[in-house]
Amino acid sequence: MIQVRDLSKSYSGVKVLNIHNLDISKGESLGLVGNNGAGKTTFFSLLLDLIEPTSGHIINKNVEVNTSEEWKKFTAAFIDESFLIGYLTAEEYFYFIGEIRNRNKADVDALVAKYSEFFNNEILGTRKYLRDLSKGNMKKVGIIAALIGNPEVIILDEPFANLDPTTVNRLKKIIKELSEDPNVTLLISSHDLVHTVEVCDRIVALQKGEVVKDIRTSAETLHELEAFFAV
Amino acid sequence: MFRLFAGLEWKSFVRSKAFAANLVLKILMGLAAVYFSVCFLFLGVALYFGLEEAKLEPLETVNRYLLYFLFFDLTVRYFLQKMPVLNIKPMLPIPIPKKIIVHYALSKCVFSFFNLYQAFIFVPFTVVLLLKSDVPVVNVLLWHVAVFALVFSNNFINVLINSKDSVFYPVLAIVGLTAVSHYYGWFDATLYTQHFFNSLSDTYFMFLVPCLFFGLLYYASFNYFRKRLHLDTGLASKTDLATTENLTWLNQFGSMGTFLKNDIRLLRRNKRSRTTLFMSVAFIFYGLLFYTGSIEVYSSPGFQVFAGIFVSGGFLFTFGQFVPSWDSAYYQLMMSQNISYKQYLASKWWLMVIATCISTVIASFYIIFGWKIYLLIVFGAIYNIGVNSYLVLWAGAYVKTPIDLTSSKRAFGDKQAFNFKTLLISLPKLLVPVLLYTIGYFAYGSELGLLLLALAGIAGFLFRDKMFNVIEKVYRTEKYKTIEAYKEKA
Repeated sequence: MIQVRDLSKSYSGVKVLNIHNLDISKGESLGLVGNNGAGKTTFFSLLLDLIEPTSGHIINKNVEVNTSEEWKKFTAAFIDESFLIGYLTAEEYFYFIGEIRNRNKADVDALVAKYSEFFNNEILGTRKYLRDLSKGNMKKVGIIAALIGNPEVIILDEPFANLDPTTVNRLKKIIKELSEDPNVTLLISSHDLVHTVEVCDRIVALQKGEVVKDIRTSAETLHELEAFFAV
Repeated sequence: MFRLFAGLEWKSFVRSKAFAANLVLKILMGLAAVYFSVCFLFLGVALYFGLEEAKLEPLETVNRYLLYFLFFDLTVRYFLQKMPVLNIKPMLPIPIPKKIIVHYALSKCVFSFFNLYQAFIFVPFTVVLLLKSDVPVVNVLLWHVAVFALVFSNNFINVLINSKDSVFYPVLAIVGLTAVSHYYGWFDATLYTQHFFNSLSDTYFMFLVPCLFFGLLYYASFNYFRKRLHLDTGLASKTDLATTENLTWLNQFGSMGTFLKNDIRLLRRNKRSRTTLFMSVAFIFYGLLFYTGSIEVYSSPGFQVFAGIFVSGGFLFTFGQFVPSWDSAYYQLMMSQNISYKQYLASKWWLMVIATCISTVIASFYIIFGWKIYLLIVFGAIYNIGVNSYLVLWAGAYVKTPIDLTSSKRAFGDKQAFNFKTLLISLPKLLVPVLLYTIGYFAYGSELGLLLLALAGIAGFLFRDKMFNVIEKVYRTEKYKTIEAYKEKA
């Protein structure tokens, strides 16, 4: 599904990301782990063509992302709050994204209703604009919005951060369901090794912009990772 | 402690966004500051001599109208002066007594522009008063102290009543009524209040009253804030109650309707964009300066068409110049969604076209100044739609200033105005129509001038797709730079 070739990104001569070769196949759920500054968000930004690669390229379902925009049709992402439109209510935002992705109101309503438990009655119908929601609730809106329109590639940056324990468990359930769907390729990044290992079937660890580990999730994965990141 | 606070203030001053602007802007801002201080200084001096020339006793006349001045000052403060409470949040968890934090915040607002501009009026007036009039020095100085106490009292009245509309508007209404009845000679309140203001300079003790008043107000404000120094009371930022607007009638525009809906919500729900709406209405009346013949230079053909462009193009200029910055807060979203630039630009373009048409209709009252005047406005609108709408979108591609939608500030003097490329593209917006019309006007008459304007507009309209393609290309090449720039918060 996604091929990364000789990809690098430098800022004023300092390489912050350097991935020689990485292939992600269709239906895979990939967890990207690493410390602050390891290059996780940089990689996702490159994948979404939000920054320009210094060298190399990424191919998303036969589309080279920095030359064509066709990938936008089947890719959805939530990176941070800058993906939310602050002056809309949650419902309006969902409809907006839905309309862009050619889904009518009923489709969006059905999807949102499916995840109503995830919102915990704190978001829908509260007469609040997104800018006035708490950080955690903003994140919930952004994550669900990324699921609108059955995207084939879903990218979530730090989905577990800022969420309460109950919501984290609910989110894990949602992500697990998605990862079982053979049509959905899922990419999530996280600092939390336990959560990532639990929901992903492949883990890639980044350090200073380089891939240092690439493992299929198994019973030993967590130990291996914890040993790797131990101080 | 004081040294620490002073250090913080100094840093926040020199590191403020305004200073981060380029050198040209710094110099221009400096010049503007000098200009305004000189204006106010001059006002203070001229006030004395002007009143003297009008055979009025300067001090007494000032005393008489001081009431209105103070209320005017309060009104301006109510709408414009910001409360200095938000930036004291980081102080709360560190070991500084709350008492000191409150004193710090309150004394900080004393140094605001709204207190300083008074000094530029009253200090020169007092100096002239000392030099020229026969009022004893001590009395003048006591009066001066009293007036300053009153001005600073205003500062703290504003602190106390800020955002209490239920207090402010009734007071404003009463003062308004008093002023009206004064004007029509029914009842003159100043005749009564001037006794009080006169007593400030006539006696040696009355100046204590405003001083005491000021002290009381400071004490009250102090208590008010001291009690409300919590994140959920005094320091809470206001949240708006969301209104849901479905705007389903826009669905017929298809995917463009999606963006139009969003833009309408953007305009209605954010402070900054509401300022833009207000300004575009103000521009409709801008033409009055030109078409009433009150200023002679303005009746030349060049200026006439200049005004014509502005009357219908207020929204186009004020909104259009910040496309795509209006979407800066969520530009990354827009760039990763399945949106074509063409749709995005077309929706902004339609919004400007619709607003231009509405402005032109509203401006139909200009007919009372003659058909010719209104024709100028209509043809100005055609030029705006046909040519200027593309120019603002094109220039917008180079605008890299993120907009903070929730703050109404920075509506003027954004640093992007001095972006060279933007400036270059902006020139034809006004110069070309002025030139076209003037050439036609002097070659044949105003008919040819109007015809030239219309031809330019219609030509632009016909080449719509071509224009959009060009603009789209520019947006595409500027994409990464724009995303990068918008990441830095405004």
